[in-house]
Amino acid sequence: MSKHTLSVLVENKPGVLARVSGLFSRRGFNIDSLAVGETEHPEVSRITIVVDAEDNALEQVTKQLNKLVSVLKIVELDPATSVQRELLLVKVRAERTMRSQVLETVQMFRARVVDVAPDTLTIEATGTSDKLEALLRDLEPYGIKEMVQSGLVAIGRGSRSITGPTLRAASAAA
Amino acid sequence: MNRPTPELLANRPPGAAAAARSAAAAKSTTPAAPATPGPAVASAEVRTTGAGALVKSLEALGVEVIFGIPGGAILPAYDPLFDSKVRHILVRHEQGAGHAASGYALATGKVGVCMATSGPGATNLVTPIADAYMDSVPVVAITGQVPRGAIGSDAFQEADIQGITLPITKHNYLVQSPQDIPRVLAEAFHLASTGRPGPVLVDIPKDVLQADTTFTWPPTLELPGYRPTLRPHGKQIREAARLMATARRPVLYVGGGVLKAGASAALRELAEQTGIPVVTTLMARGAFPDSHRQHLGMPGMHGTVAAVYALQKADLIVALGARFDDRVTGRLDSFAPHAAVVHADIDPAEIGKNRTADVPIVGDARYVIEELISAVAAEHAAGRRADLAEWWSTLDDLRRRYPLGWEEPADGTLAPQFVIKRLGEIAHEMAGPDVIFVAGVGQHQMWASQFITYDRPGTWLNSGGLGTMGYAVPAAMGAKVGQPDRVVWAVDGDGCFQMTNQELATCALEGIPIKVAVINNGNLGMVRQWQTLFYNERYSNTDLGTHKHRVPDFVKLAEALGCVGLRCETASDVDATIRAAMSIDDAPVVVEFVVGKDAMVWPMVPAGTSNDEIMFARGVRPMFDEDDV
Repeated sequence: MSKHTLSVLVENKPGVLARVSGLFSRRGFNIDSLAVGETEHPEVSRITIVVDAEDNALEQVTKQLNKLVSVLKIVELDPATSVQRELLLVKVRAERTMRSQVLETVQMFRARVVDVAPDTLTIEATGTSDKLEALLRDLEPYGIKEMVQSGLVAIGRGSRSITGPTLRAASAAA
Repeated sequence: MNRPTPELLANRPPGAAAAARSAAAAKSTTPAAPATPGPAVASAEVRTTGAGALVKSLEALGVEVIFGIPGGAILPAYDPLFDSKVRHILVRHEQGAGHAASGYALATGKVGVCMATSGPGATNLVTPIADAYMDSVPVVAITGQVPRGAIGSDAFQEADIQGITLPITKHNYLVQSPQDIPRVLAEAFHLASTGRPGPVLVDIPKDVLQADTTFTWPPTLELPGYRPTLRPHGKQIREAARLMATARRPVLYVGGGVLKAGASAALRELAEQTGIPVVTTLMARGAFPDSHRQHLGMPGMHGTVAAVYALQKADLIVALGARFDDRVTGRLDSFAPHAAVVHADIDPAEIGKNRTADVPIVGDARYVIEELISAVAAEHAAGRRADLAEWWSTLDDLRRRYPLGWEEPADGTLAPQFVIKRLGEIAHEMAGPDVIFVAGVGQHQMWASQFITYDRPGTWLNSGGLGTMGYAVPAAMGAKVGQPDRVVWAVDGDGCFQMTNQELATCALEGIPIKVAVINNGNLGMVRQWQTLFYNERYSNTDLGTHKHRVPDFVKLAEALGCVGLRCETASDVDATIRAAMSIDDAPVVVEFVVGKDAMVWPMVPAGTSNDEIMFARGVRPMFDEDDV
């Protein structure tokens, strides 16, 4: 199995996320991560899906997604030619004696402290999955009290936009 | 055939179906872009309610008939419907409404419409919607919903039918505003009938139906994500034609898509031009004449030996509107091991789903076949044409040695195959080749596919993909409403018939004189056959008592439902009984044929095994001479 990042442009209407996620479960495809948000055009949402699939299954999932009437466009983003990021918030045990060591790790990963309590620090970090995993590995010995991670979002490098023509079509229809 | 071209269908302004058919010559190459409905039935703005807008939209879309049952949430729609020219047929169960809409759609090529209330009304439509989805039937289901403010509160008769039908509809809607009703209806009809057809559900909350609004027609469709590909790619067509001209053991594997595309005439031309043998799947029976010399019959689990063998040993399979279903392929990894595959389908997701395609072609079957004809002609003109004589001599030999047939039951009971064969012959003799046969699901369905000769498209309706028992009576009702001048026979089993026979009351009261042959073998016959073959004859829960106890008495049941009831128990009475049934045309007729319980459907490829393991009869495997090919 290999991981693929799909950017799916969909109509920004109620129930569209259920159509997309439901399709994955009923056709037996695994979603690694999923993130949804508006685009620069309010009528279009962008769903970024990381799917673990062989090439045949990926082709099938793409074709099935394309059949959904609410799906406007699907683009696979290659990690080499796109920027891919996740967001991590993690609450780490950091008593006074350990605090400077934790902060050193935070700096090394260009993460930020966003909340301070007497015995914990809450850290925000963005990056690729690999980087966030490495950060978590380094923080683990101090004691992770709580963590939350976003789905991956991705955008192609260079000046081209995957949304342009699609958005024009969508707004022409709207 | 007076069918609209696929493009006209795709771009059809809602309500302009008739105009589209008369303008048959138009052949634009525009893909199916979301169309702005034409001005043919344009109407000025009028004040009305959501319910009024719904009924006016249905009228503008050219709907002739709706099958349905009213109830609380849909009640506002039934008031303007009372005054409408649209006919509403009050069914006895919503499942009947759904299958009737399918039967109507398949018999006419138009969109079938069914209507139900919220909650149980809507959930009773789930089975026919799933059925229409599996068999790609253009159906629009309209359901009432609890008022917007009550949605999500577990209100009386609330069910999230949009959520429930997400996986079994081509698309569905929960209408949030009365202004949206005309557009949503127009979109629903467009989606249901274009591209790969399928069911679309429109759920409308009661307060949306009651609210004041304005109605204008036509609306503008907003479907930026819907662009079916109709025209095939020229390069792929040429590649397919090259393979077709040079293959030594080619087969045309024809599926239901050919019927949906109205491509039967073109298919015949292509077959005769190339001389390639044809097999028609359960969904495609009638797409190519059974009596044509090049027709090998149905492939698959209960296909003919020749058809199964032809696919299995082919060096080229040209799949047209077919989807390599497991009932056709048997064990996939040993299916047609030597064949290159040309796979043409209007749904790109079908191509490569089960079997890798060497030449994938996305397009409407009619365009695909028409363009293949030109491309093959070019191949022939260039001197490329394989000699198929050896292939045909092998296949002809198989046809001769392994024809469809049956053994007369040793216990002297009536053979169901004989009944069904005579039914086909006498119906055709008395009413011509356009008689419509509608089957339920099980042994009788397979025999009706095997032993009735289908020479015309649209003469065979059945539940293929979902295998819905109880399909026959309501689907036959819908077909008869759509084709009132044609004889419609439901061929049903005693198990199937007991699931949906209440629609005979509808038929009796609404003047829909269908004919039903109940092939009563006293059992859930197909399940019993598997118990015989694979469960050591342990007949767990397959005896329905319809022999042993004669419960129900089908003749009395028919009479109670306002139909004529006939019964036949011996071979010598079969012809006369069928003729008697054929002579009644002012009432629905039910004929019970009491047949033996041990008859089995042959040939058979046991589930999960290779097509190479086809059994011609119990314990009889065909001898294939050329195991080297």
